[in-house]
Amino acid sequence: MSRLQVVSGKGGTGKTTVAAALALALATEGKRALLVEVEGRQGIAQLFEAQALPYEERKIAVAPGGGEVFALAIDPELALLDYLQMFYKLGSAGRALKKLGAIDFATTVAPGLRDVLLTGKACEAVRRKDKRGRFAYDYVVMDAPPTGRITRFLNVNDEVAGLAKIGPIHNQAQAVMRVLKSPETAVHMVTLLEEMPVQETADGIAELRAARLPVGRIIVNMVRPSILDETDLELTREAPRTAIAKSLSAAGLGGARRGGVAERLVEPLLTQADEYAERHALERDQRAVLQGLDLPLHELPLLAEGMDLGGLYELAKELRQQGIS
Amino acid sequence: MSQDPARAHDTTHSHETARGIDAAAVLDVDPLIDDPKTRIVVCCGSGGVGKTTTAAALGLRAAERGRKVVVLTIDPARRLAQSMGIDALDNTPRRVKGVDDSADGELHAMMLDMKRTFDEIVEAHADPERATAILNNPFYQSLSAGFAGTQEYMAMEKLGQLRAREEWDLIVVDTPPSRSALDFLDAPKRLGSFLDGKLIRLLTAPAKLGGRAGMKFLNVGMSMMTGTLGKLLGGQLLKDVQTFVAAMDTTFGGFRTRADATYKLLQAPGTAFLVVAAPERDALREAAYFVERLAAEDMPLAGLVLNRVHGSGAAQLSADRALAAAETLDLTAGPAEHLTADPVEHLAAGPAEPGADPAVAENLDEARIVDQSGGKAGLRNSPDTYGSSESPATQTTVPEAPAPDAGSPAADRTTAEGAGTDDPTVEHDRTVEQLTAGLLRLHAERMQLLSREQRTRDRFAARHPEVAVAEVAALPGDVHDLAGLRNIGERLAAGTSPTGAA
Repeated sequence: MSRLQVVSGKGGTGKTTVAAALALALATEGKRALLVEVEGRQGIAQLFEAQALPYEERKIAVAPGGGEVFALAIDPELALLDYLQMFYKLGSAGRALKKLGAIDFATTVAPGLRDVLLTGKACEAVRRKDKRGRFAYDYVVMDAPPTGRITRFLNVNDEVAGLAKIGPIHNQAQAVMRVLKSPETAVHMVTLLEEMPVQETADGIAELRAARLPVGRIIVNMVRPSILDETDLELTREAPRTAIAKSLSAAGLGGARRGGVAERLVEPLLTQADEYAERHALERDQRAVLQGLDLPLHELPLLAEGMDLGGLYELAKELRQQGIS
Repeated sequence: MSQDPARAHDTTHSHETARGIDAAAVLDVDPLIDDPKTRIVVCCGSGGVGKTTTAAALGLRAAERGRKVVVLTIDPARRLAQSMGIDALDNTPRRVKGVDDSADGELHAMMLDMKRTFDEIVEAHADPERATAILNNPFYQSLSAGFAGTQEYMAMEKLGQLRAREEWDLIVVDTPPSRSALDFLDAPKRLGSFLDGKLIRLLTAPAKLGGRAGMKFLNVGMSMMTGTLGKLLGGQLLKDVQTFVAAMDTTFGGFRTRADATYKLLQAPGTAFLVVAAPERDALREAAYFVERLAAEDMPLAGLVLNRVHGSGAAQLSADRALAAAETLDLTAGPAEHLTADPVEHLAAGPAEPGADPAVAENLDEARIVDQSGGKAGLRNSPDTYGSSESPATQTTVPEAPAPDAGSPAADRTTAEGAGTDDPTVEHDRTVEQLTAGLLRLHAERMQLLSREQRTRDRFAARHPEVAVAEVAALPGDVHDLAGLRNIGERLAAGTSPTGAA
């Protein structure tokens, strides 16, 4: 089981939710998982209904069986100052650097430096050991940038190592790359059963593979429940409307006569069934595309009540049952 | 907050008239895209909300209503790009074929190639020798390949170029897929100020500065800094940066000036922002941030486009009622062995007397009066007789009654098919009831979705009652062609989802 689990996916597919559920799932049975946020959106804090996360690892949830989930929102500026402090004992000079715009430069403009700092911090957490020589975290789960940018994000160290041919940045970049390209890392893709996200997932996986980054699993999120089966769908096209109206009426929904309450429900209900049928067929096609990618495939249900903390535990349980941890 | 008195007025107005989204102003896109004074429409919002589709649909609609439009997309999904015939990425607007030009409009579309855009700027402003030097600089190559901010900067640069050409009377821009919708406003400034900033000046002329008297303090700071950066990045990278900046600086006027000019363009009267979102918590939260930011920057917000809104033609039937009815049908239609005493008792007490159910009285109020006579027979019969044996129950819904008024071919076909089995009546009947139960469950799911969407929208409306909203009804599938985009455009212009989601 890879210790660094990177979660990517097209925008709007619920990456953060899946990353959080995965961290919870991995933390069961007394394990420790660190959930890392790299894009400064404070999505993790909102998900766990907690205060905005500082640049500091703090416990955010307890998993069933006594496990713990810690969370960290990496702030590239602070990570850089940290880093400078660690290697150069800069102290207050860091502030001077900030004033000159050097920190801003390094973290927002300089090619790739920001990404190096982010992945570097995550890799540091992966490798960190406590006094007894045990890993500080059993797992590190990263809520990573979306599919369109994930390969560049993870691979940026390679590029930086090429750009900065010597020096600590070069060394750091290489060390990070060693972790990211090893079996210690798995990059998961979150998608929906819709054409665009599935297409992006396929493209993203091809890019990751081309860059020799280890692809993990595909997680289909927000899968709507299967309510009507093929037989039902066939019947919706054939069943006499009056029989459906009668049936509705028998269920206590009003009159089946033309113009009756039950009768007037028939048309809209059948329209919804048609829409369902269309979506159902599309979903079947998209599922087939995903199956063709030859990776472990998992599905998480759409939560009818919307996403909340309880729902997160539900999804974590689902992931465990599907053998993801 | 905006100083605009009109907006202030709007705010008070919506506060006064009502609460909730129903009262929020409806965004009417047609007057916006028809107005010759509207020259730029910027579609922004978080990832995955259908921003690019909205931009394309809006562009098509404007063109078919007579405007000469160019749509600038940043990173379109392949099929969407194909639907506009721009799957070739060449950084030049191409005319889209198949657009209805009866109103004398035109649609052009292009995909941003940021490296190409950057290269073009260099080529346009430097003599060939210098241009080559810049283009071959490793730092430039990384920068232009798209690190933090470059894509956003180039999108704005391209927008400025298109606007300056005066070839189109409307430019519709899609914004880059960034981690937050605000990125594209900030990134160009950042890149611009870096390239023109103090730091770069220090980097470009360390020797000169260092040699001057009276600059001791700065000298110390600077040498410490270049030293640190040098150590951090490796001396050779720093040198690449220095060479790059020196070359850029002397070849054309400041980046910052350009960034500022584009920024001003965004604040100009001919520009309108559309914030795009889906009725989901995260997307609407981003949308709210964006609305606030635009107001703070005095950038003109036209309204919110809410994509993928669900509706239902049977919204009068609540999820709870639908589920309860589905359960009733399950019991009626279920196989005999499931009909233990328990559910039968339940049935007798429950739906047999629908009038007694307060939920019914509430939900189906007005109609109840009408259907007393018609509905009663069926309702009475089914559960009452059900306890005694299996067959009468099924008979109550046998299409005996349907026959006269529904001599439809569909009805005949079903009956004919059922006749093949041992007990056609029962078989057929059960299936219809099971099907009906399924339809009701499907409806319940839809209604749950609806109320969840409604809650998120209400939350947004409470925070920003002044924002006009156009709702675009969800499509079951994706958009693949101009017809699909046209359809989205129509839904967009309708403003509220036709099936009555509200």
